[in-house]
Amino acid sequence: MLVELLLEPLRYGFLLRGLAAAVLIGVICAVIGTYVVLKGFAFIGDALAHIAFTGIVVAFLAGFVFYLGALMAAVAAGLGIGLIQRRVGLRTDTAIGILFSGIFALGIVLMSVGIKTYTVDLFSYVFGDILSVRPSDLLVILGLGGLVLVLIGLLYKELLFVNFDPVAAEATGLPAGALQLFLLTLLSITVVASVQAVGVVLVVAMLVTPSATAYLLTDRFHRMTLLGAGFGALSAVIGFYLSYFLNVPSGGTIVLVASALFALVAVLSPRRGQLRLLVRG
Amino acid sequence: MQTEPQPSAVTTSELVIVADRLTTGYYREPVLQEISFAVPRGALVGVIGPNGAGKSTLFRAIVGLLKPWQGRVLVGGRPARPSPDIAYIPQIHTVDWAFPVTVWDVVMMGRYPRLGLLRRPGARDRELAERALEQVRMQDFREKPIGALSGGQRQRVFLARALAEEPSILLFDEPVSGVDAPTQHFIFELLEQLCAEGRTALVASHDLSCVAQRFSQVLLLNRRMFGFGPPERVFTEELLNQTFDTHLLLLRYGDRVIVVESPEDGTSAC
Repeated sequence: MLVELLLEPLRYGFLLRGLAAAVLIGVICAVIGTYVVLKGFAFIGDALAHIAFTGIVVAFLAGFVFYLGALMAAVAAGLGIGLIQRRVGLRTDTAIGILFSGIFALGIVLMSVGIKTYTVDLFSYVFGDILSVRPSDLLVILGLGGLVLVLIGLLYKELLFVNFDPVAAEATGLPAGALQLFLLTLLSITVVASVQAVGVVLVVAMLVTPSATAYLLTDRFHRMTLLGAGFGALSAVIGFYLSYFLNVPSGGTIVLVASALFALVAVLSPRRGQLRLLVRG
Repeated sequence: MQTEPQPSAVTTSELVIVADRLTTGYYREPVLQEISFAVPRGALVGVIGPNGAGKSTLFRAIVGLLKPWQGRVLVGGRPARPSPDIAYIPQIHTVDWAFPVTVWDVVMMGRYPRLGLLRRPGARDRELAERALEQVRMQDFREKPIGALSGGQRQRVFLARALAEEPSILLFDEPVSGVDAPTQHFIFELLEQLCAEGRTALVASHDLSCVAQRFSQVLLLNRRMFGFGPPERVFTEELLNQTFDTHLLLLRYGDRVIVVESPEDGTSAC
């Protein structure tokens, strides 16, 4: 009975694709999210998503594949932010804030001016719609996501050392600056792969919430990554079904589930949870 | 100013670190000016000076993270550049203590630079990390998260990570600040032993604590060099007062020297 209920939406190709895309994105975002949470990159992730949106608009107007536009915009922005961080002038968050809100505003204006004749609803990129994922989109998510996961796996130990103790790591000859830019590039790619399904506004939630939930439960870096991926996938699955049965927007529902899981763990976690304080008096 | 003979006048075969009229810094203003000294293999060198004297800057130059603006720094006869052969232990406040890593994870990081890209740690790496943990007597803490340790325990773990790297030179930035006296002595006993085995260590400190007498050589630094040589020659009231730009009183008691800072009540004695 319950099984039938759960299998029902999966008979439709577009729903199955939506679920697969959501789970993939949940996993990839949480893996890179481990670094986002530990290094305080949430604001950067948010900025990259907004800049990717403008890249999408420009790609539509210019008539080329929107992933290409988004990817170029996000990677350029990621590298730009990496350079801003190394040269101190304005505070980094101020500089990023000016840059990304300006570029996002440009995207909004361009969209309203230029896309009247198009039937495509670009607003689905702002709030996300996993049901609009086409087979080719799923392939792109799979390709980009796979690339990010493989590269993070290959450079696991270098990224760990450099992010934990950048000065000592650089002194041993590890290219700390290059690895930082590399991480920002992977973050840009992740954001682009996620924008269609969860939307510009909510990408940052997928980047930080599952990983932060995992952080509450473990003291080991690799476990935080794996647990985070689990929470990301779980949020995607539960959010998908809730959105289907309650007929509410998918992106928002997935993020709400992730937030609820975080709240639950924040209260119940044996090590860092608040309940622990109550139990111990 | 007391210095060792000019580096160029000495054969460089046994000199591990040579700074020759080194001037460097970060932006336009130089932090260090005209620093010249030469460290022989096996020396335990104290780099002593107040906060902001440029001690960390000097270490960065020796590691090769900062290029000389003028002059040069030679390590093993070649211009300084980052390498696993020099272990740099930065001040502990540069590290993120909320990071989810255990003592064991941190010590294993010392092996990463030796492994190179794509290779995973093997049995020999685990053995070296294990031995390093035993050397600092932290083997019972291997599963502890790094954030749960005291200041002294953190310094021991970072020393273990440096040892796992199998370096011939150790640069240790402020290992005794915020560390209890027994740990200070333990760290210095270990450093003395390492230096006796032929490694070379430079230790930065802004206070003249109990361990100051244990250095084989001392470099007095405050943006310029105020002295370099064995402690009994360099720890004079005149040189220390020049370096710290203050009035220190030196009380000699047998073979020990007690330093008292006279204007403020900040005293530093054992």
